[in-house]
Amino acid sequence: MKKIPFVLAAAVLASSAVFAQQASVPAEKVDAAIKAAFPGAPEQFIPRLTQDETMKQCSASNNNPSAAVAAEIQKREKASIEYPADGKFIGDWKKGEALAQSGYGLRFSDYPATRANGGNCYACHQISKKEVSFGTLGPSLQQYGKLRNYAEADVKATYEKIYNSHAAFPCSNMPRFGANKVLTIEQIKDAVALLMSPDSPVNKD
Amino acid sequence: MRVRVLKAMLFAALASMLVVPNAQAQDAETEKAIERYRQMLKEDPWSNPGLLDSDRGEALWKTPRGPKNVSLEQCDLGKGPGKVEGAFAELPRYFKDADRVMDAETRILWCMEQLQGFNAADLVKRPHPGGGQPVKELGAIATYVANQSSGQKFAAKLDLPQEREVVALGEALFNRRSGPMDFSCSTCHAAEGSRIRLQGLPHLSEPKEARKVVGEWPAYRVSSTHVMTMQHRLYDCYWQMRLPQLQLGSDVSVALSAYLAKKAEGGEISAPALKR
Repeated sequence: MKKIPFVLAAAVLASSAVFAQQASVPAEKVDAAIKAAFPGAPEQFIPRLTQDETMKQCSASNNNPSAAVAAEIQKREKASIEYPADGKFIGDWKKGEALAQSGYGLRFSDYPATRANGGNCYACHQISKKEVSFGTLGPSLQQYGKLRNYAEADVKATYEKIYNSHAAFPCSNMPRFGANKVLTIEQIKDAVALLMSPDSPVNKD
Repeated sequence: MRVRVLKAMLFAALASMLVVPNAQAQDAETEKAIERYRQMLKEDPWSNPGLLDSDRGEALWKTPRGPKNVSLEQCDLGKGPGKVEGAFAELPRYFKDADRVMDAETRILWCMEQLQGFNAADLVKRPHPGGGQPVKELGAIATYVANQSSGQKFAAKLDLPQEREVVALGEALFNRRSGPMDFSCSTCHAAEGSRIRLQGLPHLSEPKEARKVVGEWPAYRVSSTHVMTMQHRLYDCYWQMRLPQLQLGSDVSVALSAYLAKKAEGGEISAPALKR
C-alpha cells in the first residue's frame, strides 16, 4: 500500500477544499439521482446502482480511507474469498493469457452472453513481454513469479489479490474479480498461472 | 469532397502503421498522424467532417419543425431567445423557466419539447448514433450550438445556489464507485499520464488537463466516423463501467457536465474537435 506523504495529502485536501466551497451532497441525494438516471434498466442491472459498504467507504474517502476504515474493509473483503475446492491455485497460463487479453463481459451490450467474461488485465497492466499494448493504471507484472521465487505463500496471495484486491489493498482501483463474480475460481487460477508459473511468458521471456 | 480526401489520407496513414511491430512506436506514429490531420484541419477548417453536422444542426435550428411547426429560433440558451453565439460557453446554467440547471443538449431537448411540441420521451429513447451512423438531430443541433462558441473560453459562472449544488453532485458522482467492476469516473481520470492499453487518459479532476479536452466536445470521432456529443460520451463511460444506459438529460448527466465545465473554466472551446 502506497503511503501518500503527509505534505502532499495536505496540499490535495487544501486544493479540493477551495473548489468544494459548496456543501458536500448527502449520499441519499446522490443515490436518488443515480436511481433516476437509468429508467428502463434491465432487472439484472438494478442492483448495480446500489453501493455496498466497501464502495461507500472508498467513494467517501476518495479511495484514501483512514487506518480504522481500511482495516474494516480489509477484514470484510478477506472474509469474502472462496478458495479452490482442490486446494490448487495454479491453472493454465495459456487460458490466463487469453482472459487477460479479453475485455468481454457485463456491459449492457454483452447480453445475452456469448462467451466467458474476460479479466481485461492488459487494459491496466504490463504482463507478458510480447504484448506491447498495455495500460499503466496498475503496476507492471512482468517477471511477477520470478521476482517472488515462485514462493507458495505468494501463489496463494496472488490468488487472493485477484479474487478480492481490497483484501490486500483497501480501496484499490482493481475490480474484485472473484467476489463480484466477474471471473470464476477456475479463471482466477488460470490468471494466477499466468503470473506465477515458471513456464509462463511473464517469467520466461 | 475535401473531407473525403483528408479522411482517406488519414486512414491510409493509420493503415500503413498496422504493420509496424512495436505498438508503442505505432502509438506514437498514430498520434503523429492524427496531429498532422489536426494541422490540416487548422489550415483548412472547412475540412473537418464534424462541421457537416454543425451545418446540418444550423439548418435544423432554423427550419420550422415538429407538431407545432416552428423553428428553434425562439429557444433561449441563456443569453436570450435565439441568441446562439457565445451561449454554449456559459452552459450549463440555471434556467428559471424550467427551474433546472441544464447543459446544452438538455436545454435543446427542452426547447424541442416546449417550442416545437416534440415528445421528449421519444427523443431520449435512442438518442445516440451507432458506429458509422451520423449523429442524430439533437446532437447535430448541439454541435452547431457548441461551434457557435468555438474560439471562446468556458465561462459558465455556476455560482447560483442551484448551480453550485449541481456541480457538487457532479463531483460526488465523479468519485462514486459502483457496479461489478467497482468503477467510478476517477478510476481512470484521476491521475496524470495514465493509459488504458495505449489510449491516454485525461486527468479530468485537474483543471490544467480538463481545460485542454472538455472544450473539444461534441467531437468528431475518427474510430466511429461520427460526431459524439458530451452526453453520448458520458453514456459511453457508464457503458464501460457496466452500468445501464444513462438517460440523456438526466440529473446525473447534467451534473457531470457541469462538474467538467467547472473544472475546464477558462479553457478554450474548439468544438467539434477531432478525436481518435
